[in-house]
This record gives sequence, C-alpha cells and structure tokens, in this order.
Amino acid sequence: MDDLYREIIIDHYKNPQYRGQLNPADFTFEDENPLCGDQLRIDLRLGDDGKVKEAAFSGHGCAISQASADLLLEMVIGKTLDEVKNLKKEDLLDVLGIELGPVRLKCALLSFKVLKGSVYGLKSGESYTEEE
Amino acid sequence: MTFSVEAVRADFPILSRNVASGKRIIYLDSTATAQKPLSVIQAMDRYYRFSNANIHRGVHTLAEEATAAYEGARQKVASFIGAFSSREVIFTRNTTESINLVAQAWGRSNLQPGDLILLTEMEHHSNLVPWQMLAAEKDLRLEFIPVSDDGELDLAEYERLLEQSPRLVAFTHMSNVLGTINPAKEMIARAHSAGALTLVDGAQSVPHFPVNVKDLNTDFLAFSAHKMLGPTGIGVLWGREKLLAAMPPFLGGGDMIKKVHLRSFTPNDLPHKFEAGTPAVAEAVGFGEAVAYLETLGMDNVAAHETDLTRYALQRFAELPGVRVLGPAAEKKGGVISFVMDGIHPHDVAQLLDRDGIAVRAGHHCAMPLHERYQLPATSRASFYVYNTREEIDLLILSLARVRELFS
Repeated sequence: MDDLYREIIIDHYKNPQYRGQLNPADFTFEDENPLCGDQLRIDLRLGDDGKVKEAAFSGHGCAISQASADLLLEMVIGKTLDEVKNLKKEDLLDVLGIELGPVRLKCALLSFKVLKGSVYGLKSGESYTEEE
Repeated sequence: MTFSVEAVRADFPILSRNVASGKRIIYLDSTATAQKPLSVIQAMDRYYRFSNANIHRGVHTLAEEATAAYEGARQKVASFIGAFSSREVIFTRNTTESINLVAQAWGRSNLQPGDLILLTEMEHHSNLVPWQMLAAEKDLRLEFIPVSDDGELDLAEYERLLEQSPRLVAFTHMSNVLGTINPAKEMIARAHSAGALTLVDGAQSVPHFPVNVKDLNTDFLAFSAHKMLGPTGIGVLWGREKLLAAMPPFLGGGDMIKKVHLRSFTPNDLPHKFEAGTPAVAEAVGFGEAVAYLETLGMDNVAAHETDLTRYALQRFAELPGVRVLGPAAEKKGGVISFVMDGIHPHDVAQLLDRDGIAVRAGHHCAMPLHERYQLPATSRASFYVYNTREEIDLLILSLARVRELFS
C-alpha cells in the first residue's frame, strides 16, 4: 500500500513521455471509467515494418491511470499488432509493480482496455472486455 | 438536552476501529451513508432474536409483534417530519425508489405529451434519470434551474421558467456536492402559485436539520434511512394523502391489494397500496430507532453542530494553497465540502487520505451534470455528521498538506 505512490508512478504522472494525440493515427480508441470519470484516448501509428512506431495518450485521470497509460505505451513501442493483441494485463501490472484493490485496479487497467479497444477496432461507445 | 460530541461518539462502535495503517478511522463520508449508533444495531438484532415474522394478516404472537414494530416505526417517522398522518408515509427502498414511485405512479397517469417538469442543474442522478425515462416515454419536456458559479440556484431564472407552467417542480433540498441549502419553502410557494406540484429530494436535508412537511408545504418529500443513522434498504416517500389516494399503484403484488380475482384486483388503502411484497421489517425497526436517537439529540442541536464544523472547515480549507472549495458560503451550506487540488486527481487525494485513516469520497458523487457545469471530471468530498469533531478537520487539513508535498 505504501508504494502505491512510489516514485515511478509520480514520475510518469508528472512527466509523461507519451502524452499527446496523433492525427491521423492508424488506431484510435477512447473509453472512460464511469466510477471516477477518468477518460482516456490512445492513438497508435504503425511503421512500414508493421510494428508500433508512435503512440500517444490523452484525457484525464488519477496518477495511477495516467502513469499506467504512459508505462503501457512505452511497452508497446516496437511491438507488432499481434504482440499488442497478446499483451496480458499482468504484463502491465508487473511493470507498475504495485498492489491494487479492486477499485484502483480499474484505474490502472483503463489504459489496457483502451489499447485493446483500439487494436481490436471497437466502435465508439463499445468497451473492451477480457474473455474470462 | 445539551449536545456532547464525545457522548455521541461513544454510541458509534465503528468509530473505534482502526484502518490498515493502524490509525483510528476518521469518517468524513456521511453524505454517502451515515454510521449507525449501537441502539439501532441492537434494535434490529432484538427484532430478529425475539419478534421476527411476516407482518400483517398473521394472528400469532410473533406476527402481531412484528406488525406493531413495523407500523410503530412508520408512526415515529411520520411524527419526525410533522406528517398529518402516518398513512402519508410510504416505506420504499430509498430516496431513489421514492422518486421513481412518483414518476411512475403520479407522472404516468397525470402527465400529457408536451407537459413540463422543472428540475435543477444540481440534482443527484436519482432526481434526473427517473424523469428522463418518463419524458422519453410520454414525450415530456424537461427544463433546469441553472446553478450560479457560487453554487446557488438562479431564482430569477426560476421565475421565468415558472411562466412556462410546469406541472411539477422537483428539486433537492440540499445539494450532496455543493452543500447548498436551497430556499425550499419559498420555491414551493412560487411553484404552487404557478400551478405546479412540488417534490423535494430530502436525502441530505432530513438527516441534518429540522424538516417539517407542514411548514414546507410541499406535495412530496423523499428521503433515505441510511443517511440518517438508520439501516440501508429502507426509505420514505411522504405525499399529501389526497394525491397519494388518487394515484394508481406503483408495484403490484402481495400486501398492496384488498381483493384479487384472476383478472382484476382492488388496491389496498394507504399506505399499503404502495408497499407491494414483504417489506424491510427489521430495517423499519432500525429506522424507527434512528429517528428516536436523532430526536433525543434534537435536530436543532444536530444542525448547530454541523454549522460549527462547516464554518470551521471552510476557514481551515482557506489556508490551503491551490485548493478550491465548491459551493456557497457557510450560511447557506450544510456539512459538505467538495474540493479540488491543483494538479492532483481527486482519487489520488482520497487514496492518500485513506492512509491516515480519513474516509472521504472522490468522483462525481452521482451528479455528473453538475460536475460538467463546473467543468470538473471529479471532486473530493468531505462531509460531516453528529459524530465528527474539529480535531478531525485539523487532521484532514494536515493530511491534505502532506498530499500536496508528495505531488510537489
């Protein structure tokens, strides 16, 4: 609990590397967390090699959700579409390295949901749900 | 009687527990739900141990006792709000269900396409969505009294909206976000002279200061037990007997009928007409006890205690740089402090306060349109009740200063 706001989180929240928007982008999706009103958009651009070349996130949210978006985009740069589709939420949670209760888990995984929504081509208003 | 917060605190077992960090809980989330005094918990326990049975129609001892306990609670609640008769007190699940009852039973049978319902921008979702649903179904119009930057209703605009002859004006007595106490009596009088009925959402007012339906002169009043020291699962719709009697039933089923044939039924008398199925009997018993507890404290004392805390909190919040408190000045405000800190998301604020054992709420507090009005996705909210102290507010301020440090 005490490392919930450990330096990596505060750091990525205050100095994000991937904050912004890509217009146009190859993949764009946005969604929100109705519990707290957090809202997030992710844009991806692929290079000629079919790998993610550029990525950006925009919107607003708490330190956990914003830092997790920044860390997630850091992870997807250089990955193929299939690799992005195969990302597991555990991969992101490992990088975050914090213990999260059920409520804050939704904050941390908003970026994951939005990323998946983008690469799976969901329509606006739809939400990505993991198959159990 | 004299009000002693130390004595009050001793009545609430939960206030002596610690959170994970080992700190004593500081409960500043009573606007969401209040804590329960031992007397309420014991009354419900006693009911299940000694008197539990289904109510009405039973002739055995337990059924008689259970019925008397349930109806006794209704009388306590009726007298607490100055009702003309306990027949006007309908037990529902909560404020939300009470408003839905009016929308469905009164609205469906009385409103025509094009009719106007007047609401406000500061409503809780529970006093918006039922009307949106009805408006879609019956092609009604909805208009909204605007909220000023200071968190007060624009009463001049209200006057103009009344010229459109609304059928119903439904508004919150006290905002669960801004803390604004609306001039309900005056608004009701204005609505009546424009020919409209009124529904007051009393979820935040009835628990916190004296509310008397005769004095207010409203047509409907809705509130919940769990925000006034009682259990969850039970609330009240108070309505004028004439209006309630003329309304068709809401839910159909057992207890709300006098006679049932295979193809028809005759509805029961008030208040049972609106209470289909086995109600929350133990909860009613707890509710009655909560009302008795508040009456012993005295609602004037409750209100004075909270006014003191609110004034003190606003004064202490003003010392914090980069913090904005929503809503009007202390004179017009109940014990609700919603605030934002520059550059720090309300969820992070709430999470960090929790480390110090401080329970506040973060989010849109079921008032998304109001947050849109202020262009804020979310706020943090500290709210006060009978058991809170100035010392707790000091600890909140100290903890907020530490939050600021972490993010600086």
